Amino acid sequence: MGTHNHHHDYNFSEQYTFAGTAKVISLVAIVLGIAAIAFGMLSSEHIIVERTYANLLLMGYYFTCVCAAGAFFVALQLVTQSAWSAGLIRIPQAMASILPIASLVLLVIVGLGLYTHNLYHHWHADGLMDPNSPNYDALVAGKQAFLNVPGFLIRQILFMGSYSIFAFILAKLSYNEDLEGGLTSYKKGFKLSAIFLVVFGFTTPIWSFDTIMSLEAHWFSTMFGWYNFAAMWVSGLCVITVILILLKKAGYMAWVNENHLHDLGKLIFGFSIFWTYVWFAQFMLIYYSNIPEETVYFYKRFEPEYKLWFWLSIVINFVAPLLLLVDRDLKRKQNAMLFVAILLLCGHWLDYYIMIMPGTVDTERGFGVIEVGTAIGFVGLFTFLVMNKLSKHALVPKNHPFLDESLHHQI
Amino acid sequence: MSNTKYILGSFADPDEMMDGIDKLQANNISIYDCFTPMPIHGIEAKLGVRPSRLPIAAFCFGGLGLILGFSLLYFTMSYDWPMNIGGKPSMPLPNFVPVTFEVTILLCALGMVATFFFRNHLFPGRAPRVMDLRATDDRFIIAIDARDNADHTLIDNLLKEAGAVEVKYNERKYVSYE
Repeated sequence: MGTHNHHHDYNFSEQYTFAGTAKVISLVAIVLGIAAIAFGMLSSEHIIVERTYANLLLMGYYFTCVCAAGAFFVALQLVTQSAWSAGLIRIPQAMASILPIASLVLLVIVGLGLYTHNLYHHWHADGLMDPNSPNYDALVAGKQAFLNVPGFLIRQILFMGSYSIFAFILAKLSYNEDLEGGLTSYKKGFKLSAIFLVVFGFTTPIWSFDTIMSLEAHWFSTMFGWYNFAAMWVSGLCVITVILILLKKAGYMAWVNENHLHDLGKLIFGFSIFWTYVWFAQFMLIYYSNIPEETVYFYKRFEPEYKLWFWLSIVINFVAPLLLLVDRDLKRKQNAMLFVAILLLCGHWLDYYIMIMPGTVDTERGFGVIEVGTAIGFVGLFTFLVMNKLSKHALVPKNHPFLDESLHHQI
Repeated sequence: MSNTKYILGSFADPDEMMDGIDKLQANNISIYDCFTPMPIHGIEAKLGVRPSRLPIAAFCFGGLGLILGFSLLYFTMSYDWPMNIGGKPSMPLPNFVPVTFEVTILLCALGMVATFFFRNHLFPGRAPRVMDLRATDDRFIIAIDARDNADHTLIDNLLKEAGAVEVKYNERKYVSYE
């Protein structure tokens, strides 16, 4: 029963052409990033090298998380049989299909950081686990069953490897659907997504324990995994929104309108609140119980060199979306959503910065060429890979079973 | 002068009802309201229904809950009988957040339901007032105030032209389930 009389003559074989300014800017950004990283790596001061590693970990992790969030988005839409997102699903699919590359980049960073002792030196140093050594650390030694180099690397490869395979196949199935039509790809995707979501849900907390929480191996928090998941999901949604709005501004994707943007806005709003909820749950339990081995985490972040940034992260990631996205009309305006999404992406960079820096460079933290340069480099790399992937296929899955419903989406 | 208060056009198809709205509006006939068994996208915009003010009520109830929740904690924990719990100050704000938050959303939710029931005249024991019994089943109804719109023949024609299965001339506004 059609209650609408829309006439749509959209071009469903429309493809994005990745050329001109967008391509040049992303390549220049990559070059700038490489220059900044080289500048840091070749420094004669050890602390600068360590700071570069910390920044590489930050951006490598951010990059992988955003791509993984793309895969999570695709899987979630398939499992819930969502229709609204069918028109814009090619963006998260492009993000998902470059997850293998992102995972490889992060794996190299983590591996190099581990072997050069620039990262994870809280639990990976000579004699930490040896009771006869002067370096013996009873707390870390007690965690040896989990926190050892082979186990750590195997988990990294296993987790990121499985996410990459799932992500790649999920995107591939949709690209096949364009050629073959029918429901076969969709049904396969549905089953695969159900498995992926279970695997992803159970392993991402452990993955973030390994990659980020183990930087401060003496400390632990069971909330940390969900806290990281919330950050990953919000930043992934923001990236989807930014790409969507920029594509629309460039004249593509006419079939996506303010109703779809509104839904993305609601997701960003809701999960920013969820991020705050998890952040606060972690903070409050530690504040309330006041156990020294737990409070050490926040003690470090209440030192003068972090305190301002620590609170700024809450303002950007909680107060800003709360005030800006609570209004219906603002969620439906491209420029407002673009502003909020970019603000939140900066906010979650800061969030990761607060997570990583005290466990690596500690009081020697900085904000300069290395931080900005590495961030620019990774943004360039991400843009180049995603836009390149996006240009390879039509911008809409024309045989998606719910595409028509997506075109008529109205809220 | 007839005693007709409301003219009801009864449609079997939502598309035809939407067409009926267009036709009536094109002839400057004001529509009192529409009743449909399911939500119809875009009907609010077409009828010019103003956005619901329920969010304002929600905000007020939420604010009230915030004040009540915080006052409860402040009075019991900090003012009436301050206790030393784990060396914390007598007003530990982070600890106050969960209870304050819960009372806020509790009052917000209850207040919204109460407002909704009050506004729609729904409360236990109340027989619901409807203009057409089948509007909750399989008919799409356009109601027109017969006294505001004098040309009843035109209305009748327009409704039938749009595909109305039945046109009723009601002398009472509501029919009751009783």
